[in-house]
Amino acid sequence: MKKVVSIALIAALALSLAACSQSDSLAGSVATDGSTSMEKVIGALGESFMEQNDGVNFTYNPTGSSAGISAVLEGRCDIGLSSRALKAEEESQGLVGTVLAYDGIAMIVNPENTVEDMTLEQIAAVYTGEITNWSELGGADSEIVLIGREAGSGTRGGFEEITGTEDQCQYRQELTSTGDVITAVAQNPNAIGYASLASVKDTVKAVKVEGVTPSEETVKDGSYLIQRPFVLVTKADTALSETAQAFFDYATKGEANEIIASAGVVPAN
Amino acid sequence: MKTKNNLFENFVHGVFLILGLITVGCVLLISIYLIVSGIPAIREIGLIEFLFGTEWASTAAEPKYGILPFILTSVYGTGGAILIGVPVGFLTAVYLAKIAPKRVKQVIEQAVSLLAGIPSVVYGLVGMMVLVPGVRKLFNIPDGASLLSAIIVLAVMILPSIIKMSITALEAVPKEYEDASLALGATPEETYFRVSVPAAKSGIAAAVVMGVGRAIGEAMAVMMVAGNAPNMPDSLFQSVRFLTTAVASEMSYSSGLQKQALFSIALVLFLFIMLINAALNFFLKGEKKS
Repeated sequence: MKKVVSIALIAALALSLAACSQSDSLAGSVATDGSTSMEKVIGALGESFMEQNDGVNFTYNPTGSSAGISAVLEGRCDIGLSSRALKAEEESQGLVGTVLAYDGIAMIVNPENTVEDMTLEQIAAVYTGEITNWSELGGADSEIVLIGREAGSGTRGGFEEITGTEDQCQYRQELTSTGDVITAVAQNPNAIGYASLASVKDTVKAVKVEGVTPSEETVKDGSYLIQRPFVLVTKADTALSETAQAFFDYATKGEANEIIASAGVVPAN
Repeated sequence: MKTKNNLFENFVHGVFLILGLITVGCVLLISIYLIVSGIPAIREIGLIEFLFGTEWASTAAEPKYGILPFILTSVYGTGGAILIGVPVGFLTAVYLAKIAPKRVKQVIEQAVSLLAGIPSVVYGLVGMMVLVPGVRKLFNIPDGASLLSAIIVLAVMILPSIIKMSITALEAVPKEYEDASLALGATPEETYFRVSVPAAKSGIAAAVVMGVGRAIGEAMAVMMVAGNAPNMPDSLFQSVRFLTTAVASEMSYSSGLQKQALFSIALVLFLFIMLINAALNFFLKGEKKS
């Protein structure tokens, strides 16, 4: 309760500051920018934060992880959202990443497909074109159709990094949203694709990876291997505005874990 | 009284002039913006390598920016759509303008207008759910998202403009021509194809060019059915990416040279469309002269 009061106080302070000095347009608002994969979780967090703090304006600009990171760097937003860990070169530019949650990337196939379990190696071999037929994996004798995301997508970046297949994937289809990938896989019995675990519907089947079923528990305990962090990106040398700091604490100090979990990802703190 | 009228006239003229200039200003603004933001990447990559490079890997460790696959895909895709769409659209127009009973004509024209009003994302969605699995099963290939699917969707999408413009051209043919032909003993069918169609040929050519323009500029629908992988279009069943979709699919996540290169693609597309517009003007002028 104390925390809530103090956050409200901080918000009120920030608001009054905004009223005093018009040049500081960020006061009273939290601007986030970045990963489209984080839309669900950040949207829920922003909504509940605004509910608790009347007058705070929370915005989210879905541009993609790299765009979000450069937005923080250029001061165009308060908090950048990245669905991959920061690269060393990005950290050397004075950026700090705080893990908000972990997201599992599910390997999805058509429900008609009889393949239940794949190893990381097999997944990599499939996506680089070394394995081209489902029969090599114990499935039907038909060509594997690789469905993926467009270049620059956080999910694609996460998937290719974890499986070590950067720049080598022989995609048959490159689609621009998770929903399109799921639809395409649901339509084609030969297809395999990847999608955020939280978005997987029962029109497709998520295969086990190294014998582990993708689920919240297996992502959290680390036994499910294809997973990536959702990171809040801030600048090390510049303090956040009071409102933005309040949101940052709200999101990362465990207070909002229920909301994070309800968005289908696993809270980190 | 007269001076008052003149004042009012001048005022109205001024308002119309400004409104007209807004349109011209928008075109100028877009053209200048595209040229300014499209040139740097071409200079950095090199014009030849950009236009004739066969590999596109914009986010690879060693990025490659060759857009020949996209150019060829757009040309083939548009060509294919014209090949299917023009005969169907043209014959429909002849039927509607000359042969069809009034009631039938009304119903079909309504349907054609409706077809023109369907948003392209709906074409894409139906294509994704029905056409792509259909093509996969029909041709027994691993995946139906291909150049062929895109051509079929585009062919349907250009039908309304071809049909409507052709009807207008055919109906503008003076009735005396047809009467004369019939009076000389030609059958109605001979009259339509030997007299009406040749008389309306520049209008019909304009309809075809407009179809080309619509097909080459379409992004949303083809993005959903063409597979969108940057392959060379060396088969009808290949998963391909168009010029439009190359820009649209990567723009949201792009940065640096990749983003600039996307603007360059848009510039190339813009030049294509300018060429098509020039062709359209040429045909329309031809129609006026004849």
